Formats: sequence, structure tokens, C-alpha cells
Amino acid sequence: MASSSQCRLARWVVGGPPLLYLVVFFLIPTLIMVLASFRTPGEFGGLAPIVDETGRLDLNVDSYVRFVTEPVFASVFVKSAWYALLTTLFCLLLAYPLATLIAKSAKRYRDLLLLLVILPFWSNFLIRIYAWMIILGPNAALAKFVNGALALVGAGPVPLLFSGFAVLVCLVYVHLPFMVLPLYANLEKHDQALLDAAQDLGANAWQRFWRITFPLSLPGVYAGAALVFIPALGIFAIPDILGGPDDTLIGNLIKQQFLETRDWPFGSVLSIVLTIAALVLAGIAAWVGRRGTGVRA
Amino acid sequence: MALLDIQRVTRRFGDFTAIDDVSLAIEAGEFFTLLGPSGCGKTTLLRMIAGFDLPDAGRILLNGKDLADTPPERRPVRTVFQSYALFPHMTVEGNVAFPLEMARVPASERKARIEGALEDVRLQGFNKRYPHELSGGQRQRVAIARALVTHPAMLLLDEPLAALDAKLREDLSIELINLQKEVGIAFVYVTHDQSEALALSHRIAVMNRGRVEQLDEPSKIYGFPRTAFVADFIGHCNLFGGPVANRANDVVTVDVADLGPVRVGVAAGIANAAKGTVAIRPEKIRIAASAPEGTPDNHFRGTVEDLLYMGDVTVYRVSTPGGAKVEALLANSQSGRAKFFEVGDAVEMSWPVGAGHFIPE
Repeated sequence: MASSSQCRLARWVVGGPPLLYLVVFFLIPTLIMVLASFRTPGEFGGLAPIVDETGRLDLNVDSYVRFVTEPVFASVFVKSAWYALLTTLFCLLLAYPLATLIAKSAKRYRDLLLLLVILPFWSNFLIRIYAWMIILGPNAALAKFVNGALALVGAGPVPLLFSGFAVLVCLVYVHLPFMVLPLYANLEKHDQALLDAAQDLGANAWQRFWRITFPLSLPGVYAGAALVFIPALGIFAIPDILGGPDDTLIGNLIKQQFLETRDWPFGSVLSIVLTIAALVLAGIAAWVGRRGTGVRA
Repeated sequence: MALLDIQRVTRRFGDFTAIDDVSLAIEAGEFFTLLGPSGCGKTTLLRMIAGFDLPDAGRILLNGKDLADTPPERRPVRTVFQSYALFPHMTVEGNVAFPLEMARVPASERKARIEGALEDVRLQGFNKRYPHELSGGQRQRVAIARALVTHPAMLLLDEPLAALDAKLREDLSIELINLQKEVGIAFVYVTHDQSEALALSHRIAVMNRGRVEQLDEPSKIYGFPRTAFVADFIGHCNLFGGPVANRANDVVTVDVADLGPVRVGVAAGIANAAKGTVAIRPEKIRIAASAPEGTPDNHFRGTVEDLLYMGDVTVYRVSTPGGAKVEALLANSQSGRAKFFEVGDAVEMSWPVGAGHFIPE
């Protein structure tokens, strides 16, 4: 049938380029990374030849063994997950009221407010992180105020910069829009009649929120949580610039393996573990999201 | 004392007066309908009873208690919304349980109450379904069960049948009548559909531009409209206005410019009026090909200009030599033919003085 073959052709024309893009720039590099994780590091960094002097194929699981046997690496993973979790929670707490406010505001202000949410994207990521160096710096008003307040209760001054606090603040700042946008997209669709009905049936404001608004916003919460948690898990620039010596996260570790230690196979192992962790989490989020809210007609 | 007493309520939105000094009383156990075209204020009035809107002036009393300071969640009235507003993330059971939970009804008692409410609306066995798994009619029943489960003093229904198709509307109308009889709760029903209002209600308040034009039983509203608006809005009606030419005992003759003198009976007590309108329903007009026997009270000739074939009946629009347009309705009762007349046929129309209704100005 002509129409069905035309349809198939159209599907390839539309779907082909993005598919090609994903294969060339995502699938093949991932496979290269998987291959690299089984190879031996070169003497001066990079990779040793895949076929050694004796003509044997040099593939091994040494790097995986190293990851499993040295607990420090697992602990970095746990720490990264903890930071990512805190980031997600704080983003949710800040984004929910903000998204509600935007969704409830008059139509003509909504676009402006959304523009303000995404405005930070217009300036460079690194510049925004360096801006936090100034805001949190020891001579800035914030540090002076905090340490002044601490001095009043007899506590010693604390550095705000180069600390876990600085890393967390910046993680939340950077990822906030990724939580606000899916939440807004969800809340904006809510039907006022449902809240009227709940009120009519005897629910006060608190009950209306927890029984109606919040459960119906869960798809937005899950989407936002996935969009914040997964990038926050792998980030390295923020702990690099704003963190202290203890704030090495998995992203930093991977970067070190490639750029400083130059142990490519081990860096590949860490990357693979991170990718798998992110995939599993995204899968769980999608599954929970579908199960909890699949009833939405 | 009436169950609900609306006293001189006014509500304005900017320059627009949605409700203009309305007073009415609704009795316990009554099926009361607010009927009117869109924008007449009927929904605003309903929202004020529910508590979603507050009057600018006047009072709303329930069982003698002023409701002004009672928020919607604490008023013992329940609303069935036009869109039903079922909670999409809860099952039928969850939806019906919601008001019980809000009222802190003990869990042990809830089950029986839910079953009872679902039985009232004939939805037993649907407990675990989600709203999106139900048909429109079933959703409406869930909305009613949810509203009735706490035994409110009054049920407010905002055009609950508007979203359904005609056949289902008829079935559910009958069920609504039976349900209201069964539960004995006062229903306040808002609609713009006059046939729904006539079929369902004990009493109807016909509203127009924020005022109640007439409050009466359905048969009185239809048979004895007090204003030209009511006559025209409820069913189809021929309205012939003009100066009163003569009044003899209880028959008034109105001089209609493009038709001629129209004679109509009036109640003995009605005051003399200089002007007025004769309202006559299309089905009360006798329409025939030949002149009627004897001398009828009203008799006019005309030509069929348009017709509307409806299957069981045909509506003929007849124009008279003077230029008046008269609507007459005739059942298609003749065997062997679809209808009696065709466009262009000359017809004779007649009706007795008792068929019309005089609305003084």
C-alpha cells in the first residue's frame, strides 16, 4: 500500500537525523567508554595499546576490581547522592510556592515571571558560579552578617565559601528552574472546579492542598526531581570552584581520572557506574510517576 | 419558616448587576429550579448559596441563621458541579468517602454510608473504578452520591444534565425526580433548559437580568406567564401587543397593529390596563384549510411562509395580510401524509378567547 510505505518513509525522514545524531554522539562514545573501562592505562596516561607486545588482546577487569575493593570510591558516590538528594529537596521546597504563584497569577504576568525564572540561563554557567564566590566571600555582607550574628551568641566565625554549604547553595540555585518549569506546567493545568468541589464537600485550605493539589501535582514533582537529581549527581564545576577539600563529588573524581591522574579506564568505570545509577533512578521515577498518577484521564 | 430564605440579595460585578434585589424562599423537601438564559444571574445566586460568592447587599438565611460568615466548607449545602468535578486521582469510593472523611465520620460507619449513597444513585459495584473509566451519566451519579452522602440540608445542582446527550438527559431527569422524592432533601436546580425545568420542578423561579420575573408552579409558569419575557422564554409563544380597545366583562380586545383585534379572556380580578400583550401558544391555535364553522372568537387568514417539520409535529409560520407572523403547531396525525400543509398554502387560523393569556403592561 502506497500510503503505508509513504508513512514509513516520512517516519525515517523525520526520525532519521535525530537517530543518527544519537548514535554518533551518544551511543558510539558510550560504547568507546565501555571498551576503555576494560583496557589498561597507558604508562604516561591515556590507554595502553589494545594488543600488547606478545600479540595478546589486553582486556581486563582490573579497574572494576579497584572500584569495588577500595571503599573510598563508594563513599564518594554516597556523598554525591546525598548532595543531590538535598538539592532536590530544597529545590522542591522553593519551587513549589514559586510555581504555584506563577500558575495562579494573571495570564499577562505569567510569561514575564517565567522569563525571570529562565533569565539566569542567558549568562554563562561558570560566571554564575563565580558570582557566588563573591556573594559568599569572607568580605561580603552575607558572611559579615552571619559571623556577626554568631559572635553575638559566642560562636566562632565560619567560612561560607569553600564549604559544603556553598556547594549546596549553588547546586540549588543552578537547578531551581528545572524544578520550577515542570511544576508550573503541571499546576497551571489544575482545574479550579476540583478545589471548589473539595471546599464544598468540607475541606479546609490545608486539606484541599494535601488531598487534591499535591497528589495531582506529583507527575510534575517527579519530572522536576528527575531533572534536578540526575544532573546534580554528576556535577563537578560547582564543588571544584566553591567546595572545600572534603567536597569531592563523583563528578570531580571522574574529571580527575581523565585530566589529572590520567587513568582513563578507571575514569570510564566511574562514568559507567554513574550512568547506570542515573538510568536506574530515572526508571524508578518514571515507574512511580506512571503508577501513582496513571489514573489521570 | 422556610429552609432557605434569600432576602433582598444584590450582587454587582463592576457596573454589571448580576443579582438585582432578589428575594425568594425555598422550602424543605422542595425541588426548586432557577431558570433563565445565560447571564441571568442564576449561577451567581447558586454560588452565593454555596458560599463561593457573597452578596453585596441582602441576607441569605438557612434555617433562620445568616450564612454570611460561614465559609463554603462549613455550610450544610452541597453542590453538584456542571463538570461534576470528580477527583481524578480517587476511585468512586474515594470520591464518595471524601466528604465523610472531612466530616470526621468514623471509619467503621463510612463503608455503610458509601454503599447507601451508591445504591441511591444505582452505582453499586463501581466502588473501585476511577472517574475516567466511567461514562458521563455514571460520573454524574458519582457526583450526586458524593454530594448526598453526608445528608446535607440542601443540594445545589448547576446544569447537571447539560453535558449529556438528549436520550440520557431524559432518563436521568426521571431518576433525579425519583431520587429527590426518595431522599427528601431540597434540590435547588439551575438550568437554562425550560423543558427540563418544567418536567422536574415543584416550583420554578424564572430569572432575567438578575431579577425573578415569575415564581410559580410549572403549569402556572407555562399556562399563565406573568410577563412577556416569561411567555417567550418558556416554550414558544405568539405575543401580540397593542392598546386595549375594549373590555367587556372578562374579555379584553387588544388592537394589534399588523393583525387586527385579538380577543382574550382575563381573570375577573385583573385591573384595567391601557396596553397589554396577548400570549398564545402555537399548539392552542386551530389551523385548517377551510374556514371554521360558526363564529370563533378569533379568526385570521394567512399563508404558510415557513415550516419546521419535527417528525411528530410540524410548526407552521403563517403570515397574515397585515404582515403579522403567527406560529401554529399541528400534530402530524393524518395517515398517509407526512404533514398537512406546504409552504404557500392558504390557511385559516382560529382560537377561542380562553386559549390566550393577557399580560397587562
